Amino acid sequence: MSEMLLSAGSTADGPDLAVEFAGLRLKNPVMPASGTFGYGEEYSPYMDLNRLGAIVTKGLSLRPKAGNPTPRIAETNGGMLNAIGLQNVGVDAFVEQKLPFLKEVQTPVIVNFFGNSLEEYGQAAQRLSQIDEIAAVELNISCPNVKRGGIVFGTDPGAAAEVVSLVRRHFNKPLIVKLTPNVTDITVIARAVEEAGADAISCINTLTGLAVDIRRRRPRLANGTGGLSGPALRPLAVRMVYQVVQAVSLPVIGVGGIMSAEDALEFLIAGAHAVQVGTANFVDPAAMINIVDGLKQFCQEEGVAGISELIGTLRC
Amino acid sequence: MKNIKTTILSNQEVSPDYYRMKILAPGISDLAQPGQFVMFRAQATDEPLLRRPFGIFQTGTLPSDCDGLPDKEFVEILYKVVGRGTAIMRELHEGDRVEVLGPLGRGFELADDGREQILVGGGIGLVPLYMLASELVKKNKVRLLIGGRSRKDVLMVTEFERLGVETYVSTDDGTLGEQGPVTQVLERKLSKFPDAVVYACGPMPMLEAVFRICQPRQVALQVSLEAFMACGVGACLGCVVKGAGHSEQQPHYLCTCKEGPVFRAEELDWELLEKRVNEGEHSHE
Ligand SMILES: Cc1cc2nc3c(=O)[nH]c(=O)nc-3n(C[C@H](O)[C@H](O)[C@H](O)COP(=O)(O)OP(=O)(O)OC[C@H]3O[C@@H](n4cnc5c(N)ncnc54)[C@H](O)[C@@H]3O)c2cc1C
Ligand SMILES: Cc1cc2nc3c(=O)[nH]c(=O)nc-3n(C[C@H](O)[C@H](O)[C@H](O)COP(=O)(O)O)c2cc1C
Ligand code: FES
Repeated sequence: MSEMLLSAGSTADGPDLAVEFAGLRLKNPVMPASGTFGYGEEYSPYMDLNRLGAIVTKGLSLRPKAGNPTPRIAETNGGMLNAIGLQNVGVDAFVEQKLPFLKEVQTPVIVNFFGNSLEEYGQAAQRLSQIDEIAAVELNISCPNVKRGGIVFGTDPGAAAEVVSLVRRHFNKPLIVKLTPNVTDITVIARAVEEAGADAISCINTLTGLAVDIRRRRPRLANGTGGLSGPALRPLAVRMVYQVVQAVSLPVIGVGGIMSAEDALEFLIAGAHAVQVGTANFVDPAAMINIVDGLKQFCQEEGVAGISELIGTLRC
Repeated sequence: MKNIKTTILSNQEVSPDYYRMKILAPGISDLAQPGQFVMFRAQATDEPLLRRPFGIFQTGTLPSDCDGLPDKEFVEILYKVVGRGTAIMRELHEGDRVEVLGPLGRGFELADDGREQILVGGGIGLVPLYMLASELVKKNKVRLLIGGRSRKDVLMVTEFERLGVETYVSTDDGTLGEQGPVTQVLERKLSKFPDAVVYACGPMPMLEAVFRICQPRQVALQVSLEAFMACGVGACLGCVVKGAGHSEQQPHYLCTCKEGPVFRAEELDWELLEKRVNEGEHSHE
């Protein structure tokens, strides 16, 4: 590499991929999307977890959760539907059985969590605030409030603000709130969670879909509907990230259908500070590593010293 | 466990709609245990998106084409064309690039302590039994009961016989071997060898029937299950089955990809599996 390119932020071994936002400093902007990477250990035989910007866990609840009946997944064109039902081991088992492994990895751990009532969110946040090894939490608000007729927290600005401010009270470290795309105007929810004290926003979660087994005249998933993920979701996700970036001053993590470095760059250019990779991990366990390498190569080709220079450079 | 980009060594039709494919797979081939599987994809496109799981039929080495180059360690799979992914696979040729992740899952436990060994395979379900048989024949008398809808669904009988396995064929339509379900042969064999151990792989209704025969006779049974899979490594939780003792209050799910695909019969909740069968799920073989 020529010396001309060695400007601020770049290092001898190429462009700098580090990003900083919401009090987090990540060596690169690439991390797994919750629920697609287990608790990290599952993919450790296939990749060096130290190369990731962060690790995001499967969504945890205070108590273990069983999840939905099967079939839970169905492939669709350019994507898949899932209705796993947030099966997870619970916070205590996570701390005992899963965290010791993650402690050994030199990558910040972000714990995704959820509840089915305000109380559950509050209790989980309290418990998680006591765990030193957690760098940040990601709050999944795409869950129904069973105590209020099943309305999904993240689809109502009032309910979203209420749960975010409750968690905020219990948790001092960076609080990322993950938004659902199943709303008419995502900017309304984004503003509500910003005012309620979120430090960052990740978007988007899966988009609710339905696939039909035409011979049996039944849904292909036991649950009926499921969440759409994968490349089919990407243009919608990029659009929503762009809208949220315009609407609030919080940093945004872009999620939805990222398969390659090019896909990740769409999100970064639209204004995301980091990206999460979900379904692509299933398709290729090397996906995130390839994306990290691809980002570096793109910066080199474009003569950009650091990835952060590209963030929010969309010309409209 | 490895994730490799590699090439196909051969891809041949063995019966209408059934193919065997040898894939160059150093690092996977030498680790594979009977009953394990691989996740396979033919091309890096979004269509179809997910990798497909296939049981490992056998592993081995082919001599290299040139002196000085290492021998070719391969994994062989045997597949039935049933949909989009397998229709693409049938068109592949020697030298085509593919990606393989494996070996995955928990395979068979060898109960080769002198008891009679009975393998039961339905249709394409015979795939994981071949590698198992190659191990078991080293110390035991092995019998294979193999069933299928029709003559064309009964595969590899000569290959098993060459290992020294005694084979019994049955078909639903009587076009090969005796007419009727493979389980009717199993009942006869178990009356003769009540101490036998049974290993089974095939469509769910067949496994269910095998279980109903083995359970009252207290015959040790291992079954290899199928499920829709996205990741194959225990990360997505899409492939679970209900384990023994499962209830709404005390849920007990097992990952088919990681805790299976082979389970001891007593690890599973058969009432719930039976319900799935009646609902018509997994009707393909
Ligand atoms: C552990 C394991 C081992 C397997 N081993 C073999 C094998 O050795 N040889 C072989 O031919 N097949 C095997 N299968 C099944 C094989 O994975 C499916 O047939 C294949 O994924 C179908 O892909 P497709 O794109 O052609 O079909 P699709 O177009 O996806 O589907 C066509 C039909 O196949 C059914 N189907 C799709 N995937 C599965 C699945 N995972 N399990 C059950 N039904 C499915 C669908 O419901 C549909 O009816 C195995 C499955 C598992 C889980
Ligand atoms: C199998 C599966 C499980 C998921 N589980 C969770 C979860 O527990 N919590 C959560 O916030 N999002 C969950 N998601 C959503 C993803 O984190 C991500 O937002 C979504 O899949 C879109 O990204 P992708 O297209 O890259 O997969 C899950 C997605 C999938 C496919
Ligand atoms: S296929 Fe993903 S957990 Fe089994």
